[in-house]
Amino acid sequence: MNRAAAPLQREPASRWRMRAVPVATVMLASALPLMLPMVASSPVLPPLGLLLFLCWQLLRIEMWPVWIGLPLGLWDDLFSGAPIGTAVGLWTLATIAIHYFSQRVYWRGFIHDWGVAALLVAAIQALAALIAHPDAHVGRVLGLVAPQIVISALLVPLFLRLTGKFDNFRLKRR
Amino acid sequence: MTRPAARRPGQSRKAQTSLFVAYVIAVTGAVTGLLLAILSVADPVGFAALRVASHEVTAPVARGTRSVIGSISGIDDAVSAYVSAGSQNSRLRAELADARRQLVATSALQEENRQLKALLKLQEADKTGVANGYLLTSTSTSSKRIALLSIGRNLGVAAGQPVRGADGLIGRVLSSGPSVSQVLLLTDIDNIVPIRRARDGLPALAYGRGNGDLDIRTLNIANNPFKPGDIMVTSGTGGLYPPNIPVAIVVRRTSEGALARPLADPAKVDAVSVLRPYTPDNIEAQAARPPAPAAAPAPKTAP
Repeated sequence: MNRAAAPLQREPASRWRMRAVPVATVMLASALPLMLPMVASSPVLPPLGLLLFLCWQLLRIEMWPVWIGLPLGLWDDLFSGAPIGTAVGLWTLATIAIHYFSQRVYWRGFIHDWGVAALLVAAIQALAALIAHPDAHVGRVLGLVAPQIVISALLVPLFLRLTGKFDNFRLKRR
Repeated sequence: MTRPAARRPGQSRKAQTSLFVAYVIAVTGAVTGLLLAILSVADPVGFAALRVASHEVTAPVARGTRSVIGSISGIDDAVSAYVSAGSQNSRLRAELADARRQLVATSALQEENRQLKALLKLQEADKTGVANGYLLTSTSTSSKRIALLSIGRNLGVAAGQPVRGADGLIGRVLSSGPSVSQVLLLTDIDNIVPIRRARDGLPALAYGRGNGDLDIRTLNIANNPFKPGDIMVTSGTGGLYPPNIPVAIVVRRTSEGALARPLADPAKVDAVSVLRPYTPDNIEAQAARPPAPAAAPAPKTAP
């Protein structure tokens, strides 16, 4: 009893830290690809910011208001190269979808989270590419982002774990 | 994990209202965002200032990581070479690139010679550029191919200037900030370059495919004149890219034209130079010393 209570006797993490950590991780992940000395000839990296954004919401749905995709999406648009406003719209629609999903599904497991994140990443990346190139051939544009979507879907479990680590850090008692 | 109980605000009027307001903000924001995106596709320059500002923020980090770990670019190329045939493939490719460079140099010179003979008055385009810099990094998560150039308005870089490396054309400047600028790479889906075949001057257009390759389409669709190994150079038509910059080498024929690979790989070039746009003003300014010839576009004489 005493041993179990020991961590609880410490102070909870500051409110500032509890709010800042998720936002800061997503913002950093969005800006990271533009800080690496790498000139890519095709979309080779998974959308790191989007993956973290979705994983945070799958882990802690109550943490953010529904409109959190507006500022974070704008930040991502500044760095992704997509037309500004793409992620603002698509990320917010994804948030609404996650809220809807978490109310509909009673018992939710790891597989569900993985499936939802993979579906949303696929939809967002495909729509973003179609918005960016309205005149191009649809099949070609989708073929361009298909490898990236597959890689992102496979990386979702890793990002869920990573978000869990960040969450432990966020709530660590002093 | 059960569904969270707290989502339904219960009987509290205030909680219900605030949840409703949050949804209203989210939906209007999302719709506005998508409208903005469609607007900024139609008018890419309008929001360039915002993006330039954010790139100015990350550029110092990119400079730092570049100097610390060198250039890890071309990582996708290295991986694909390994998958296809191992290290031998990479070595052969390097040798081929050397040979190709010489070939380009000679064929471009031949073409240049032919033109100079044909039009004794026309001056060769000035090779000195606006400034030299290097590519820091690029977008790698979206379908747009935009690279960050290490120099900006401080060295006279402005939107619309062509950018080339030692091997060939890289792209054109999309927008320039105080100390960095953005380059739309040759392989972006939205980048179209007027070109001609170095051998005989056959005019064509190069369309980016977005995955590192180019589509070559000729204006004459009746027959497909391309052969693997054909080298394409800029034609100077359209007034943006100066003529005779090497662009691409044809890899294979397709139903609509040819598939080509750019001669300059932006992942591997070290330094790039920013050139003056090939506009009548610039051509006249360069040709001011001898008796000024008419600012004619590149000749399209049939072989």
